[in-house]
Amino acid sequence: MMAGVALSSPATVAEPVDSPSRRAWRRLKKRRGAMFGLIVIVALIALAICADLVSPHDPIKQSYSAVRKAPSLQHWFGTDELGRDVLARIIFGTRASLSAGIISVGIAMLLGVPLGLIAGYCGGFIDALISRFTDAMLACPFLILAIALAAFLGPSLGNAMIAIGVTAMPVFIRLTRGQVMGIAVETYVEAARAIGNPPWRIAVRHILPNVLPQLLVQITLTIASAIIAEASLSFLGLGQQPPAPSWGSMLNSAQRFLTNAPWMAVWPGLSIFISVLAFNLLGDGLRDALDPKNR
Amino acid sequence: MTTPILAVESLSKHFVVRRSLFGKPLAQVAAVNDVSFEIAPGETLAFVGESGCGKSTLGRLVLRLIEPSAGTVRFDGADIGALDAASLRLARRHMQMIFQDPYAALNPRMTVREILSEPLMLHGIVERENQPARVAELMRLVGLKPEQAARYPHEFSGGQRQRIVIARALAVEPKLIVCDEAVSALDVSIRAQILNLLSDLQERLGVAYLFISHDLAVVKHIAQRVAVMYLGSIVEVGEAETLFASPRHPYTQALLSAIPIADPGGAANSFKLEGDVPSALSLPPGCAFHTRCPHVAPVCVEQRPVLSAAAEGHSVACHRWHEIAAPDGAGRAETELSPTLERLIAAFGPRAA
Repeated sequence: MMAGVALSSPATVAEPVDSPSRRAWRRLKKRRGAMFGLIVIVALIALAICADLVSPHDPIKQSYSAVRKAPSLQHWFGTDELGRDVLARIIFGTRASLSAGIISVGIAMLLGVPLGLIAGYCGGFIDALISRFTDAMLACPFLILAIALAAFLGPSLGNAMIAIGVTAMPVFIRLTRGQVMGIAVETYVEAARAIGNPPWRIAVRHILPNVLPQLLVQITLTIASAIIAEASLSFLGLGQQPPAPSWGSMLNSAQRFLTNAPWMAVWPGLSIFISVLAFNLLGDGLRDALDPKNR
Repeated sequence: MTTPILAVESLSKHFVVRRSLFGKPLAQVAAVNDVSFEIAPGETLAFVGESGCGKSTLGRLVLRLIEPSAGTVRFDGADIGALDAASLRLARRHMQMIFQDPYAALNPRMTVREILSEPLMLHGIVERENQPARVAELMRLVGLKPEQAARYPHEFSGGQRQRIVIARALAVEPKLIVCDEAVSALDVSIRAQILNLLSDLQERLGVAYLFISHDLAVVKHIAQRVAVMYLGSIVEVGEAETLFASPRHPYTQALLSAIPIADPGGAANSFKLEGDVPSALSLPPGCAFHTRCPHVAPVCVEQRPVLSAAAEGHSVACHRWHEIAAPDGAGRAETELSPTLERLIAAFGPRAA
């Protein structure tokens, strides 16, 4: 029988392998909002990398002959109170915002995912310990905790990233823990045990890859809130330090000139809005595309 | 009987369902209750019973995927319960499991090649460079195309996935495979193919099966010996032929008479059980079956019957088995397999002679 089944169609055409990630991509492509978000994010990243090439002016070069000039052909987005080009500062500010978003979420993940994996997989006392710690951190509002941490560490962009990262960590612990607990009781995990996998290999090879889709959604959404948090910290003077540009600190200096130089506030505000919207749209699209119930 | 590959003695598993504030067990479910049996190398012992009678728990206990509350499992002479974590992982090489649901038993994010290479790698069965060849060999063995090794489980049908599950179990060249409802999730035509595949592999590789099923037709087709379970205990065990032909325990008789017969006149002699299965939370005293048994006597309420030999290789746990006549079982045994399944098994029969 077996030979018959195996050899019944000797000439099979090789079809492309349909991996889970490829399927998710196919579903994601159908979602306009998510694709818009993705395009904006890619553009922002390109802008941040090529800031030196794209920027029409030096973002920190002051010019007392061009203070608070309205948008013109020379300065498309106008100039600020020190005569610096707003467009150049927006472009270079992308670096601060994106790196704050991505690096702080990287920190949150690096700390949160292993802790969540341990809590969810080991259970018992370790789980109770990690979970109570997470609960305690989640009891404080996100931004308040980030501000307190950043103030404690001292004002600088690096410290702001650490503060945001640590503050965003509990979300990753809780998400990973919950997902791991759900996946650990799946039959294929029991099968992995029956085959003789050691516990660490089950956790890393069998459980973690199945948590990744949900993590990816959380990463995108957390980057959005991290960008807002960085802008808030910079607005308060706890993030990017002058004269280096950041959207948050640009808003801070703009608030004194809201009536006579509104362009100073509009452009950084719009930049924050668009980048946060882009990440949120992508996150929502990913959530739908990766939803196991949607298969 | 030759030296058994698996010897289970007084195995019990009690699940705590409720605990007090301080972790003291308040309520327990006796999923498996004092079960003993042996399996010879290359033999198939089937466990049948209603859902919830502890069959699946038993299978997991045998492989020590869950820890027993009491009793020992000896595999190839070694006490599985006494092994530490590392030696247990090594011992898993010789005992494998085929799971009920082929849709849940395969990691959705691993390709077939990764799934089948893993046991080879873990137990160092073949050198790394020979792994692809062995994977291809395994896939051919279960009737899959080796070219499909790069695919993910969701690209296969249920029957194909069950073949992958079987190939994974075979990868380590085990001496015992626990088949937990291995064909229940499959439709009838695939079921016949998989059953034939299992028998064929047993013939060629000499692997023993602990075959858990609620489907008596399937059991009759594949098992040499059958054990009937009721509420966590074995009520009757014997050679498949004799057990099906002349069931001794009233529960076995009821179970066998519940098989639908394709003959309209035959339905008259089926006798139905009254009432529900008692809760496993509080087993009835004495014989667990006495609440539903048509032959109940005072002794059944007071004393728990033990398995005792009724004939050569045939044991029954019933106080009154010799008073109860076997209900014309001999005539019925021939019709147990539904005609459809019979035809399909014939159609997909292994290697036309």
